[in-house]
Amino acid sequence: MAIIVPRPKLNWRERLYLPAIAAGMMITIKHLKNTIFGRTKVTMQYPEEKWDNSLPEHYRGAPALVRDTDDRVRCVACQLCEFICPPRAIKIIPGEIPSTDRFAKVEKYPEEFDIDMVRCIFCGMCEEVCPEQAIFLRKDYAITGFTREEMVHHKDKLLEIGGVMHGVVLKWNEKK
Amino acid sequence: MTVFFITTSLLKIIGMIFVVILPMVSYAVYAERRVSALIQDRVGPNRVGPAGLFQPIADAAKFLFKEDFTPAQVNKFYYWLAPCLAMVPAITTIAVVPFGSTLLGVPMVIADINVGILYVFAIASLGVYGIVLAGWASNSKYPFLGGVRSSSQMISYELSLGLAVIPVFLLVGNLRLTNVVRYQIENGWMIAPFIGDWANLGKWLLAIPMIISFFVFTIAVFAETNRLPFDLPEAEQELAGGYHTEYSSMKFALFFLGEYAAMITGSAIIVTLFFGGWHLPLPSWHGGFHWLVVDGTAPGWRGVVGGLFNIATFFAKVAALLFLFMWVRWTLPRFRYDQLMRLGWLFFFEIALVNIFIVAGILAFIR
Repeated sequence: MAIIVPRPKLNWRERLYLPAIAAGMMITIKHLKNTIFGRTKVTMQYPEEKWDNSLPEHYRGAPALVRDTDDRVRCVACQLCEFICPPRAIKIIPGEIPSTDRFAKVEKYPEEFDIDMVRCIFCGMCEEVCPEQAIFLRKDYAITGFTREEMVHHKDKLLEIGGVMHGVVLKWNEKK
Repeated sequence: MTVFFITTSLLKIIGMIFVVILPMVSYAVYAERRVSALIQDRVGPNRVGPAGLFQPIADAAKFLFKEDFTPAQVNKFYYWLAPCLAMVPAITTIAVVPFGSTLLGVPMVIADINVGILYVFAIASLGVYGIVLAGWASNSKYPFLGGVRSSSQMISYELSLGLAVIPVFLLVGNLRLTNVVRYQIENGWMIAPFIGDWANLGKWLLAIPMIISFFVFTIAVFAETNRLPFDLPEAEQELAGGYHTEYSSMKFALFFLGEYAAMITGSAIIVTLFFGGWHLPLPSWHGGFHWLVVDGTAPGWRGVVGGLFNIATFFAKVAALLFLFMWVRWTLPRFRYDQLMRLGWLFFFEIALVNIFIVAGILAFIR
């Protein structure tokens, strides 16, 4: 069935188009004027202006390893995060803690802990699954590099981003 | 004398092309991007250099280093010829436009020929060959449609373009563009001849057909330079870029530069015909109020300053018109093809034709 689209009947002023064109030109020049005089909000100029201070608490940036207040890497190399990681970005090689060590009963520590930031999807599953609260998603978002190798965060880098975490899990502290 | 003439002409040509037109073209592209951004509540290119002012240099470098790809199915000879034909007429036309009075006794026009505006039309209409050849040589569907559209559009609007300037020459009685400017200095700008001569009813009467003539001419220039709202030959949405779809690298850049060069030339001609060319009357109170004409005839440094002032005035007027081009582009949507043809043949052609008779009638009445 054919649909008849009703055409609006234009009066002579509308048929002339010139008033409409003039009105349109006035609208665009108003926008131009407002943008020049800074009355219009425009995009944040990224490298100069940053959003860092208004990032929300739940922001999921780069994953990082943390030390506790005893300067021990909290990770116990249980490899749960390696298992859960959807894009398989995490690689852990566990090492054994010698029996003479103060934290000998922890038994394992990550000898190597690599997160391939090319693969990481910032999902936060590693943080969620970690029984030791050793891995956190921090607010770093500008992860860049010239090669794929540069984009792999090794243990040092992860600890550097993570820093020291206070409180929460204290079960390996023998005083408790 | 001849050696002097050849030297100054060469200097003017080189200065005009490399110091004025080409930088103006590249900065017109930058201005276009900035103006469009400001109109659309954006910022625009502001990364390269202070406020993005080195953007044209970066663009040029990018174009030069891109792969110059020639598709296998094209007609090689015409494919190579087309970008040159798009650029050359646009630059050549500027030769007859007086862009200043005199500087150290040298007239600031490259070729002061007595057929002035006819030369402009003759060369400017060659611009269509660049587009048609590009569309045809590309041997591809969309460029071909773009080329066909372009040729019919240009032919339709060339009529009103030619007819719209006849009133100007009815008044001046001469096709030489320097004489057109001279006439406007003596009798007021074409667009507003009554300024400074407020009591003269004839000039008020003349202003009406002149304004109509200016509108028709300007709109025809929009159509000739393929600017929105008449950019059907390159309609991105329906023709995927139109006649330059198959072009890349510097050959594409030549089409791009050709369009902007044509815009600058068109603006320069509008300024010369309707806005008094390089003339800017300054109010003066020496021995009663009168308008002071600044030009390069004064002796010594005053003449040099005057000549430079005239050149600056001319290009300021051109820049203002270029802004109008951009403003219109980012305001109006594109015409449908049948609307474009109807507008050209049924409205502008008739308006321009009737306008000639009106001016002739007024002239018979007041002279």
